[in-house]
Amino acid sequence: MSDRSKLIVTGKPFRFDQERDAEFERLVKRYPTRESMILPALWLTQEQEGWISAEAIAYIADRIGTFASQVFECATFYTMYNLHPMGRNHICICRTLSCWLRGKQEIVDYLKNELGLKPGEIGADGKFSLEEVECLGHCGTAPVVQVNGEFHESMDVDKLKSLLATLK
Amino acid sequence: MDELIMVKINGMDVHFPKGKTILEVCKDAGIYIPTLCYDERLKPHGGCRLCLVEIKGKPVPLTSCTTPGEAGMEISTESPKLTRLRKTILELLLSNHPNDCMVCEASGDCSLREMAYLYGASLDRFQGEKWNLPIREDNPFITFEPNKCIACGRCTRICNEVVMAGTIDLVNRGFNAIPETAFAKPRSLKNCEFCGQCVSTCPTGALTDKKGRGKGRAGDIKKVKTTCTYCGTGCNFFLNVRNDRVVRVTSDFEAPVNKGNLCIKGRYGYDFIHSDERIKTPLIREGEGFREASWDEALSLVAGRFNAIIKEHGPDKVGGFSSSRCSNEENYLLAKWVRCAVGSNNVDNCARVCHAPTVAGLAQSFGAGAATNSLEQMSDIDTIFIIGSNTTEAHPIVSLYLKKAISKGAKVVVADPRKIWLAQRADVWLNMKPGSNIALINGIIHVILKNGWESKEFIKTRTEGFAELKAKVEEYDLDRVEKLTGVSRDKIIEAARLYSQAEKSMIVYGLGITEHLTGTENSMATANLALVCGQVGRPSTGIMALRGQNNVQGASDLGPLPATLPGYQSVTDPKCREKFGKAWGVTIKDKPGLKSVEMLDECAKGNFKALYILGEDPAHTDPDLHHIRKALDKIDFLVVQDIFPTETTKYAHVILPGASFAEKDGTFTNGERRVQRIRKAVGPVAGLADWEVLCKVSTLMGYPMPYTHPSQIMDEIATLVPAYGGISYKRIEKKGIQWPCPTKDHPGTTTLYTETFARPSGLALFMVLDHVGSGEVPDETYPLVLITGRVREHYNNGSQTRHAVGIIDLVPEELVEISPEDAQSLGIKNLDWVKVLSRRGEIKVRAKVTKRSQTGNVFMSFHHQSTLTNVLTSGHRCRISGTPEYKSCAVRIEQLSQE
Ligand code: SF4
Ligand code: SF4
Ligand code: SF4
Ligand code: FES
Ligand code: FES
Repeated sequence: MSDRSKLIVTGKPFRFDQERDAEFERLVKRYPTRESMILPALWLTQEQEGWISAEAIAYIADRIGTFASQVFECATFYTMYNLHPMGRNHICICRTLSCWLRGKQEIVDYLKNELGLKPGEIGADGKFSLEEVECLGHCGTAPVVQVNGEFHESMDVDKLKSLLATLK
Repeated sequence: MDELIMVKINGMDVHFPKGKTILEVCKDAGIYIPTLCYDERLKPHGGCRLCLVEIKGKPVPLTSCTTPGEAGMEISTESPKLTRLRKTILELLLSNHPNDCMVCEASGDCSLREMAYLYGASLDRFQGEKWNLPIREDNPFITFEPNKCIACGRCTRICNEVVMAGTIDLVNRGFNAIPETAFAKPRSLKNCEFCGQCVSTCPTGALTDKKGRGKGRAGDIKKVKTTCTYCGTGCNFFLNVRNDRVVRVTSDFEAPVNKGNLCIKGRYGYDFIHSDERIKTPLIREGEGFREASWDEALSLVAGRFNAIIKEHGPDKVGGFSSSRCSNEENYLLAKWVRCAVGSNNVDNCARVCHAPTVAGLAQSFGAGAATNSLEQMSDIDTIFIIGSNTTEAHPIVSLYLKKAISKGAKVVVADPRKIWLAQRADVWLNMKPGSNIALINGIIHVILKNGWESKEFIKTRTEGFAELKAKVEEYDLDRVEKLTGVSRDKIIEAARLYSQAEKSMIVYGLGITEHLTGTENSMATANLALVCGQVGRPSTGIMALRGQNNVQGASDLGPLPATLPGYQSVTDPKCREKFGKAWGVTIKDKPGLKSVEMLDECAKGNFKALYILGEDPAHTDPDLHHIRKALDKIDFLVVQDIFPTETTKYAHVILPGASFAEKDGTFTNGERRVQRIRKAVGPVAGLADWEVLCKVSTLMGYPMPYTHPSQIMDEIATLVPAYGGISYKRIEKKGIQWPCPTKDHPGTTTLYTETFARPSGLALFMVLDHVGSGEVPDETYPLVLITGRVREHYNNGSQTRHAVGIIDLVPEELVEISPEDAQSLGIKNLDWVKVLSRRGEIKVRAKVTKRSQTGNVFMSFHHQSTLTNVLTSGHRCRISGTPEYKSCAVRIEQLSQE
């Protein structure tokens, strides 16, 4: 996993659109403290923009009334949050113990070659982006690849080839 | 007493009260367990796994920091298996560590190094990726070497759990996890308080104090335990001394008040000690300027002139000002000097300009003018009522207790005209108009009585004068109170309910209560409220008057006061006069002397001839400066003893160098009545400490003071001041004692008035009070109210903090805080230059537009010599104790054309 602490500053103010605004207000009632809204608010942002900017993190902290450092912490901890624009197909490969032992490196190497991308990069045409992430919680069916949030388990190079073929 | 339970540790029986973790039990029993992520100040974390212990019957070792001790457990803290596990953990940590102990700042003070040594960890058992991140020094106080970070999370947890500053958090995860500020920005006052709590807890060399780097490590320095010289909280810490210089301040984790926590001033405000601008020799006025003189010459001049003036004009034209900045012993000596060597009662101290109303007010209501409880009890409060105290800025370490209470679920009521940090987190913010304290509290009591929320039992058995109070507050119905205070009724009702209905409610107040025309009455009003609800005389209740300066309490206790001898023993009481007269070998005058403000009034009229000012700067910090300056100009002979040249030294005939708290032995008494030691860490800059100078002057004047060490002065105090009767340097060597401590075997008193009050009847007295308002109210020409106060980073006239490297860069200038609405209507933008005018003068300053100010109010501190805020403040004073009304005067603001 790469260092995620360098956020992108867009220079433009961020705010929720009407639909997310309403959703935020609906969700906030569910929790005993407003801090609990950090993760859902990050999801809403990602849903709206596809990724999360520095401005969005400051906005969320303000909106919730908590410290920006806490939102920053959560956003950099979970690799499911995209901190820069992603390819249309965002591929994550787990690099933690089980997946490591069961051959995640072969998969990474194959993708590096095939797509011409290193983990953390996005292709010039915007079709693919690649990321190595920490344990995805599917260790029993390692190695695991996640494409746009969907799991593909017990992967090997052959399965990967057919998977890539289905992606546009 | 809690029931004790027993466990076996390493075959030994250990008894302890239920509710402790195994680690705590072991610590208490003196059994060592290695830890890296544990800090007593934090919630248990269980992250580093070094504190593993084996418990008979449990399949795997458990972390002792998170496992509660249970009866019958058989615990081993050392075994071959544990050693193996601990060694491996350490070796994993060392595999990504620079291991450059040779040049590391923390060498000698690093838990990782200590444990690696203890468990014989190898430096290269595991080979792997290593960090290679740059050192971060992008702020004035804290150096961060990320490569030395073991991600224990202590810094981030202390910043969030204890300080509640939210500056840093762990970002990233796994191998890349690291403490970082939001958006990885440099630490600045925008995101950090610079309290250095993170540095104090870091177990490695990852976080270190920047100013002390390269100036001496643990092995090279002498650590001198002492008490902070800034506010009245009374934090203890260690001065780190090398080659007769203070190179750093480090935490004393055993300190009763602060447990190792400090604020920016205490931890980083020490540079003034070795500042080049210190006064280093006595100075004698010559023409327009001063010339250097020897001690001998200066002191014989001082003694000679005082004696001559006393002879010519009589002792009543001569007096002295003492200082809450100085030690108890020095305050006592000055009180004694005026009474014995001069022969008058004209002695006062600077509490006159801050907490005299507390002394006078609470003494009338309760019998003694001091805070009723101890600070530590604050964390167990159910409802906190904060009035006129910006605690997080003015008393940062007290605020840590309040924060702890808040995180434990305490309800918070804040009465303050400004939307301060605590107001933002309050359940009820009573956004009162300045000067409406009495109306507000009467209104709250009105609501309490209407609803039957008072404590009838307490009122009946412990108080007198209730009927009169009841009749008076009857007049304060909410229609009227809303109008007088500007606070809406629902808030007043909610505040009344929260305060009266909680099991343990405490009132915390500061100078927002005392520095008013009705300061003394304001403090009595808080007492009324506490008494009506029976919220006094038990732990975590009562009234905590937060003392502004390190030794305000002690300065008042030890007699530099015109009407009372040391220990509040009245000069009008023949028995007291006789007692002191006998001990001191003089006749004490039976008429109270002049208060400091009155002495200055007399000076201005040309009626007062000679004055000795010890460690005070009235020409900067007193209100209505033009008047003060006129007074000082007129005086025949003025001696000022201070550590820095100040506005006041300009008027002196002789300037005597003072010694800072680091240069002398003595004691300070903090705001909770705790008498604590200060210790000489380096020699006095000019060779003599203030107490020695006083002794010499007195002796030269013909009244010998032959003390050779301050401890002898304290022994004398103990014989004359009953509350200090049991205090001696020996007893407070390790830990200060809270007075009253009448005898040598008395443990001191944490909670006052548990059985009776200190008034002759043993009952507390309700005081009948009416709203009066401020002495000066806004009108068409001066439409705004100026409130003065502190900012966290600076201290009083700033002579110390302005000489602290880093602090002055962070907060280089005064700013006037103004609300967005007022700013807009005056056409003022943030940081614009403006002119602030009052009936007495005007100053130029930049504006800070902030929602902290309510419309109609503006705020300034008086920390900067370049912006003398007190040119503006009014001459109104508390009607009873004479404390000036710093907290409210009328001003106008004009925009200055862009420069
Ligand atoms: S100095 Fe204090 S406020 Fe700043 S990061 Fe450290 S603990 Fe937090
Ligand atoms: S900087 Fe120090 S306290 Fe903070 S996580 Fe790293 S090692 Fe722990
Ligand atoms: S809180 Fe007060 S006593 Fe404690 S370190 Fe700060 S200034 Fe000193
Ligand atoms: S180790 Fe890959 S999913 Fe857990
Ligand atoms: S001290 Fe117990 S796990 Fe770190």
